[in-house]
Amino acid sequence: MKEEQNHEKAKRYGMVIDLDKCTGCGACMVACMAENNVPFKEDESKKLDSITWLRVYKLTNRKPFPDTEICYLPRPCQHCGGKGNHGHSPCVSVCPATATDYSKETGIVSQIYTRCFGCRYCMAACPYHARYFNWWDPVWPDGMEKYLSPNVSVRMRGIVEKCSFCFHRYQIAMDKAYYEGRGELEENEYQTACTQACPANAITFGDLNNPEHAVYELKKEKNAFRLLERLQTNPKVYYLSNREWVRRAGDNYLEKEKK
Amino acid sequence: MFPFCFEWIWDMSHMVFMGGLWYALTIIGLGMTYCIGKAFYDTYMDKGKDDHNH
Amino acid sequence: MDSALIPKGVKRCPTWQFALWIGAAGAVLLWGVFAMLLCWFKGLNQTNMNDSYGFALWIWADLAVIALGGGAFFTGFLRYIVGKDELKNIINYAVLIGFICYSSALLILAIDIGQPLRGWFIFWHANVHSMLTEVAFCLTCYFVVLTIEYVPLILENRQIDKVPFFHRLGHNMHEIMAVFAATGAFLSFFHQGSLGGVPGVLFGRPFAYREGIFIWPWTFFLYTWSAAACGPCFTILVTWITEKITKKKLVKQNVIELLAKISGWMIGTYIIAKIIDTLYWAKVTAPAAGFNLMDFYSNNPFYGIWILILEIVICGVVPALILITEKGRKNPVTLMTGIILAVLGACVNRWVMVLQVMAVPVLTFESWAMYYPSWQEVATTILPVAYGVILISLSYRYLPVFPQEQELNPEA
Repeated sequence: MKEEQNHEKAKRYGMVIDLDKCTGCGACMVACMAENNVPFKEDESKKLDSITWLRVYKLTNRKPFPDTEICYLPRPCQHCGGKGNHGHSPCVSVCPATATDYSKETGIVSQIYTRCFGCRYCMAACPYHARYFNWWDPVWPDGMEKYLSPNVSVRMRGIVEKCSFCFHRYQIAMDKAYYEGRGELEENEYQTACTQACPANAITFGDLNNPEHAVYELKKEKNAFRLLERLQTNPKVYYLSNREWVRRAGDNYLEKEKK
Repeated sequence: MFPFCFEWIWDMSHMVFMGGLWYALTIIGLGMTYCIGKAFYDTYMDKGKDDHNH
Repeated sequence: MDSALIPKGVKRCPTWQFALWIGAAGAVLLWGVFAMLLCWFKGLNQTNMNDSYGFALWIWADLAVIALGGGAFFTGFLRYIVGKDELKNIINYAVLIGFICYSSALLILAIDIGQPLRGWFIFWHANVHSMLTEVAFCLTCYFVVLTIEYVPLILENRQIDKVPFFHRLGHNMHEIMAVFAATGAFLSFFHQGSLGGVPGVLFGRPFAYREGIFIWPWTFFLYTWSAAACGPCFTILVTWITEKITKKKLVKQNVIELLAKISGWMIGTYIIAKIIDTLYWAKVTAPAAGFNLMDFYSNNPFYGIWILILEIVICGVVPALILITEKGRKNPVTLMTGIILAVLGACVNRWVMVLQVMAVPVLTFESWAMYYPSWQEVATTILPVAYGVILISLSYRYLPVFPQEQELNPEA
């Protein structure tokens, strides 16, 4: 992977999701699918081969009533920085055809649909199950093709896809910024579809390196955690929760480490 | 695979990996060229030689 | 009818019987080809793979046949580089079996990828950091080497040998076979190893991940070692099956025993390394990721601790002990038990390192994923077996595969 030309200070786009605010309504999932032309099946009951770039998990503290608690956890691609944050994400380092790449400019893990030949090694490598294979060619209900987003290419059968942090929105925003003679984006100029769709404002998106962006401080909160930090995948999606059992659910612990 | 592919960079990884590959391919290629070339020469150019010489 | 093609001094079954045999294997082959075409034309929705099981039966079959096909490179290494001359009596068959295994592996890979027409991207747009790239390159190169090793045998066919050019070509290739064998051993070391690297580097999957040296996880070395150890056992097993079907002794017992002895020591040393690797992983690597050993072997309907015991003790320690001891090798029953267990051991190891890796949940709020193959996956996995049977049958009938056959069956 070539070092990219870096005219500006490297950005590290990421998310902070407040799980105590998330109601599990699924608006983020719907917005994501509509924004990114994510295909669906006629029968979506079998979830193991459904494509959900952003998936909302339902977590429980496994306690009986009346102590039962529920938490909804939206899981986009974690855009891992990999060990040492050098861009050696679990998936990027294994892709044999350089079809997925780590942008040193934005910290976003891309997927090049026309390059992917469907070996699925990246899926095997991703512990978050954030990568999805197109088991079928997309079939849109009659007339729906007119509503597809022109900014995102539809994908064909036999390749892998995943959340791109709505990268096309970044490109559009950057085009506009260059046109206006700016090299930097304002925080609100580039926001993902899920962030904007969340009615509870649970999702905050921005440049984790930029002190002017909300995520910069949010990620430092004492209740912030990331999924599977012990694996050193270095995700760029942070979660917030005041509930300890939720934070503990973010990683695996040995018996002796439990409390 | 080739230096003119845009992914190619002249770093250690590429030199070791592709070096090993081209080294192996060269040996295989030269070996087969020798075998075929010699067989061709012995059969069609050097007709005086015994057909079953081993 | 085809007697002019059959090697001199050996007896083969009547043509009608051979045709029936090939017909039966051909029917199975066609079934597999039908399933293969379904996968190519309709896509991988024909399989039972899913987003939790991106790797499944095919990748296991791929890894297993490559491990078992390792008999070719290791026997070649012993014959041409180490100089174990007796092995010349089984090297042809080892090469043939290796050729079948590797061509099967390439075919399975061609079915397994979602966009087969883009298969060449792995070479053209190679990411040299990916273990799979190394696998693809070395596997393809080694397949070329195996073809080069198999061609001289084809050229020895009675009719082909009459053509002076082919006769000389075969002779020349024999002369420098050591060069090809050494190249093959070099390539095999890397592709067998990088196949081990495929699961070993997955630092997001604590069941598979292993530490290592430089860029290579320990599984890199364990895979090469186990392929060198168990591959020759597969050669012996197929030779034994061939002998049973043809009702003839084809290779002298001292040759079999020599190969079995070397295999025994290889399995013995391999299994010690494997036990050390397992202990280190169970005690250090996995706990660092928050996993106890038993987290990987409980709370699911299939992957119990039995599979670890089966792999390491029953199919590792036991065959090693049998094949190392002279008594074990001299007794045909224990010899074949050891051989079959060793072959099974390599297959179980590859199964675990592919399927169980996919099954184990990593996120705490996910559960075990189970999988069973579709008939299309089964058929395409049996396809190479039928193809192997046909190629072995044709080679046995028309080529001098076994140099000792005439001597061992003088009545023919």
